Amino acid sequence: MRFPFRLAALLLILAIVLYPLVWMVGTSFKSPQEIVNNIGLIPREFTPGNFADGWNKFDVNFGRFFLNSALVSLLTVAGNTISCLLAAYAFSRLRFRLRGIWFGVMIGTLLLPGHVLIIPQYILFRSLGWVGGDWPYLPLLLPQFLATEAFFVFLMVQFMRGIPRELDEAAVIDGASPYSIFRHVILPLSRPALVTTAIFSFIWTWNDFFRQLVFLSDLKDYTAPVALTLFIDSGSENAVGPMFAMSLLSLVPVFLFFVAFQRLLVEGINTSGLKG
Amino acid sequence: MTASTLSPAPVAPAAPQPGRRARRRQENLAGYVFLSPWLLGLLGITAIPMLISLYLSFTDYSPLIPLTEANWIGLENYRRMFTADQSYWHAVQVTVTFALVAVPLKLAAALAVALLLNRTMRGISVFRGLFYLPSLLGGSVALAIVWVSMFNRDGAFNSFLAIFGIEGLPWVNDPDWALSTLILLAVWQFGAPMVIFLAGLKQVPVELYEAASVDGASPWRKFVHITLPMLSPVIFFNLVLETINGFQGFTSAFVLSNGTGGPVDSTLMYSLNLYIAGFVDLNMGYASAMAWVFLLVIGAITVLLFNTGRFWVHYSDNEER
Repeated sequence: MRFPFRLAALLLILAIVLYPLVWMVGTSFKSPQEIVNNIGLIPREFTPGNFADGWNKFDVNFGRFFLNSALVSLLTVAGNTISCLLAAYAFSRLRFRLRGIWFGVMIGTLLLPGHVLIIPQYILFRSLGWVGGDWPYLPLLLPQFLATEAFFVFLMVQFMRGIPRELDEAAVIDGASPYSIFRHVILPLSRPALVTTAIFSFIWTWNDFFRQLVFLSDLKDYTAPVALTLFIDSGSENAVGPMFAMSLLSLVPVFLFFVAFQRLLVEGINTSGLKG
Repeated sequence: MTASTLSPAPVAPAAPQPGRRARRRQENLAGYVFLSPWLLGLLGITAIPMLISLYLSFTDYSPLIPLTEANWIGLENYRRMFTADQSYWHAVQVTVTFALVAVPLKLAAALAVALLLNRTMRGISVFRGLFYLPSLLGGSVALAIVWVSMFNRDGAFNSFLAIFGIEGLPWVNDPDWALSTLILLAVWQFGAPMVIFLAGLKQVPVELYEAASVDGASPWRKFVHITLPMLSPVIFFNLVLETINGFQGFTSAFVLSNGTGGPVDSTLMYSLNLYIAGFVDLNMGYASAMAWVFLLVIGAITVLLFNTGRFWVHYSDNEER
């Protein structure tokens, strides 16, 4: 295809792809009348009040919901990076009994749909008093500290296989134990895989809905996505502006991550086939 | 800490390399130390819950009663699912339709855009990044809310149609159209498979195209006879991934229907149906049975894809499968 046509096609597709996002930004600054009447992207009358209205719409304000989301996401990042790193080191570098079998099991859990486990996990966590208890996020976080995101284990195994074995062997000759090899060789060299894991776990957890919907029962514990669905319940026409304003705010952290780490994200899904 | 690995074992010279054996023992132990969080997770978060779920699927368990008081009802849940529950079959139909339409469209869009981008020119990485953006945002509740509003009666889509004098429908409230808006939302997120296609296209040897040009092949023939076969492993990879994801769609259907699967069950995705059975109707035994059938079907589809893949996925000789 000749260059001008190619560029024109790309620009047209880009316009279609970005339209919903631009429309979202515009609408979150429109007054209730304009949301119905003004079909343009840009509001005639700039209405930043939507943000204040949305923020204080429910008994608990959105600041709390965003903080909750941040807490869950950051702790998930910590859990995933640490626990998956440990498991990946064992799988990629250490010889131990039944390693092949465990590795096969880990690959098997890659394809296990999360929805299958949600009911028994709910029953288990509830019987332990963890659902809606003093530690409302325990059911969301505990699995992340136990390396249950097989995707990340796999990603780090693949990465560690690329670290030259000569480094370990040299360390062994120097008398290093598996622990000190981990600490002084593998850990420092695994930084790129750790960063990729951290960014993807943050974004996925920030966007996640299903598990948070199931395990969070108190309004004050709600994360941003669960809180956003309250707008749908309230359903009145006047709530559209505030609903858009809060939706927009909830996407800002993901967008910032995208801007900061665009290259890494795109290459991350390439090397591992991760889903964005 | 390294004393044991260094000990040359002077006391027992007859034993073959005891230092090495000690090291192997140490490595075995270390392996299990490093693996212990994962093993705990496998046991407590995955394996035991799976077994509980299997047991529950033969009971009438509801969270209102203690687990021990659940009644064993044999295959009743499965019988009801397959023979007596119309909404179950409706959910199956909705999910299959969604996956069968959304996945091919999404992959086609991804491939088409990847082909457009597969040139060295300035600004390619900007395009690539912006096309990828919806894949990062699209699975969120926030974006589903925007999407649903866009296809409302007063939404942006109808305003657009009005420019051409077409009067739109309230798409998201129309049982014939609601699912289509969700399919469009899925296709809109073509960026992730596109990035993978783009990486695959970079691997196709340029010489193949040059040789074909010498033979006078048209662009279309080059696409069919070079690009598609060379790209088939990547197409296969994307197909498996997107199909499995497609079957698990939940968030957008939940937002569109406010958790009901409406209008008239037209967006009742399998996962949403399972959620309603377990957490709204509190029929967790029945929902567990649904989960197990789901697991088996997803497994069967994966096996099927891998088996049919043998016939059309082309791996280069020097490439490991």
